[in-house]
Amino acid sequence: MATDGQARFSRSAGDMKMPKSALAAGEKRDDADQTAMMPGAELLLKTLEDEGVEVVFGYPGGAVLPIYDALFKNNKIRHILVRHEQAAVHAAEGYARSTGRTGVVLVTSGPGATNAVTGLTDALMDSVPVVCLTGQVPTHLIGNDAFQEADTTGITRACTKHNYLVKDVETLQTTVIEAFHVAASGRPGPVLIDLPKDVLMANVAYRMEPDKAAAQARYMPQTDPDPAAISATVDIMMRAERPIIYGGGGLINSGPRASELLTELVQVTGWPTTLTLMGLGALAADDRHFLGMLGMHGTYEANLAMHGCDTMLNLGARFDDRVTGLLSGFSPNSTKIHCDIDPSSVNKNVQVDLAVIGDATRILEALLAEMKTRKFKPHKPSLDKWWAQIEGWRKRDCLKFNQTGKIIKPQYAIKRLCEMTANHDVYITTEVGQHQMWAAQYFDFHLPNRWMTSGGLGTMGYGLPAALGVQVAHAGSTVIDIAGEASFMMNMQELSTLAQYNLPVKMFIINNEWMGMVRQWQELIHGGRYSESYSASLPDFVKLADTFNMKGLVAQHADDLDQVITEMLETPGPVIADIRVTKDENCFPMIPSGAAHNDMLLGPDDQAEKPVSEEGMVLV
Amino acid sequence: MSDTPIIERHIISVLVDNEPGVLARVIGLFSGRGYNIESLTVAETDGQKGLSRISVVTSGTPMVIEQIKAQLARLVPIHSVRDLTENDVAIERELALVKIINRGDDRIESLRIADTFRARTLDSTLNSFVFEVTGNSSKVDAFVDLMRSLGDVEVARTGVSAISRGNRIDLEAK
Repeated sequence: MATDGQARFSRSAGDMKMPKSALAAGEKRDDADQTAMMPGAELLLKTLEDEGVEVVFGYPGGAVLPIYDALFKNNKIRHILVRHEQAAVHAAEGYARSTGRTGVVLVTSGPGATNAVTGLTDALMDSVPVVCLTGQVPTHLIGNDAFQEADTTGITRACTKHNYLVKDVETLQTTVIEAFHVAASGRPGPVLIDLPKDVLMANVAYRMEPDKAAAQARYMPQTDPDPAAISATVDIMMRAERPIIYGGGGLINSGPRASELLTELVQVTGWPTTLTLMGLGALAADDRHFLGMLGMHGTYEANLAMHGCDTMLNLGARFDDRVTGLLSGFSPNSTKIHCDIDPSSVNKNVQVDLAVIGDATRILEALLAEMKTRKFKPHKPSLDKWWAQIEGWRKRDCLKFNQTGKIIKPQYAIKRLCEMTANHDVYITTEVGQHQMWAAQYFDFHLPNRWMTSGGLGTMGYGLPAALGVQVAHAGSTVIDIAGEASFMMNMQELSTLAQYNLPVKMFIINNEWMGMVRQWQELIHGGRYSESYSASLPDFVKLADTFNMKGLVAQHADDLDQVITEMLETPGPVIADIRVTKDENCFPMIPSGAAHNDMLLGPDDQAEKPVSEEGMVLV
Repeated sequence: MSDTPIIERHIISVLVDNEPGVLARVIGLFSGRGYNIESLTVAETDGQKGLSRISVVTSGTPMVIEQIKAQLARLVPIHSVRDLTENDVAIERELALVKIINRGDDRIESLRIADTFRARTLDSTLNSFVFEVTGNSSKVDAFVDLMRSLGDVEVARTGVSAISRGNRIDLEAK
């Protein structure tokens, strides 16, 4: 349907580019100094080009007009016009996490900057490299409550890894170089550069060969691990009888090599391995050593193995409260080794026995080399015994569900989606809630950078704009936003962006007409008083798709599901698939708040027997 | 985690780039993460390199103190962080200006106490003094408490400044 409409949209403003003259008007070259004079806005774009930036997600406004004017004349940087600044940051996050490169955002002063705050906080919590360029009122008006003025560096100080206010155009080039370095090195994160309009318009000398090393010297986090710590790690590993590898997002951020090395480590040791929500894909889901995700909605075997292990090797995870559950009951009898690039993650929540500071790839390389030198061999009899115990837990089959009757179970919908996309080059994003946990449980990831979700901040509305960013980076791939209907409504203005650029994102909405996770907690700890958690007045998603000239599909019954998935995957443009699922399904297994790993709810029967403790009720 | 958490007082010195917002970054870190600030002093210490030294007196469990140092160290404009309370190496000093308004015997007594504390008299009227007292925080506390019992008192304190004993440089620039 509406294919002519899609064609019309695909040729709209976003893809129009003006030819660019070699040198803009007023630009002078001075080859002797290797410099060229140009306005700050043009220098900014040139420096972005130098940093390898190809795409910018943004939204124009008064204070950034000089940058948009420079973009009009630029033919190297592609600008994707979003419909809300929060979405620009999530799109940049999706772009960054699926490529390993830094995502770039361009928004205006005041409301442009404040709208970006949620995205920046999300990127900070999940360690995503993003550079956000914000416009600012001219320097002489700063502090005067000027039109569209906000104290952007003040507001974003707590939600960025670092931020800058550029008051002197002479410092602009080195500031941008440092910003990209800070965003991507060490533990990655969002960096913001606030750009007053007069700075963007002032003329300045662009240095063709800037001293990058000097601009980066101020921030040099440790990436190579201390050899003594590596040696001590192997000492502990040699004594392990009931070991576990607990991997996290640091493995993904370190680059695909870290995942290859993890796989090698798992093969060499034969150790059971669990991954956090952020780490999924670092070890192939079908590897027999993989126990599934751990934590609040992790598998029975992963959580019990964490609880019962005697040696824990944490690679790039941060002992988040969703993972540990009750701290005093967390893995009480284990020797804990924590490998992390961020020293402030060590001993923050859980006291560990050994810390190894460095980049995950370098740590794994050093570790594997040391193990080889020392002729590491796992202690076979005890490891076999440990695996026998784990296999016993696995037999509980904690993720089983019964798809009976006509109504679609959400777990079944995601499982079928996974099975039917097995031969696709697939990238998955999610929103936040029950569907997110089911996606983590039932979708199998075999490679890193294929799974984009809002972990630390839990931002509803993340998935659609993130999928947009992923699709921009991977034009020919299948990008699916596994969404809940409530989260989807939080950023669905981005349907217009998908339409403009004809980005063929598939929106797979697990529609139970509830804010499902809120409803689940109200059922568990608030006596079933479902206060304001019903998704009333939902749109007809098929008609909604139609208004944007997209394909809209609906699956009412289990029998429809395969047909809907097939049609969704075969449609060349964006698709909204409204999957009507069981309304009252809860997400299990679950460690209720305030409980330890060995105190899980496996299903509705457990839920009745084990009420949440009073201490647990105050936790989120 | 621990049964009875031990709260320790630590003096942490930080060498930072003297740039706009750097103090807000440090203070924001403390307030955002719920750490205590008992006192904080900051001033430029190397004009040529544009470096300032911040001395923070904070308190917390050993785990929290370690967190504070690690969190400070990862801020971009921070060159180095040193816990001067570790190994008990710090010399700490604080300066207070104390104005006391009183008459008669109390006035004479306040002057005698000031002498005992080696406080200098910076200003005087017929019914007031301004004293300058220098020492560690407990000495300043003691002096101020005594003054309060002798009249109306106003106090301005600098907060703690500290440096380590011996021939080692505390904080090196990056």
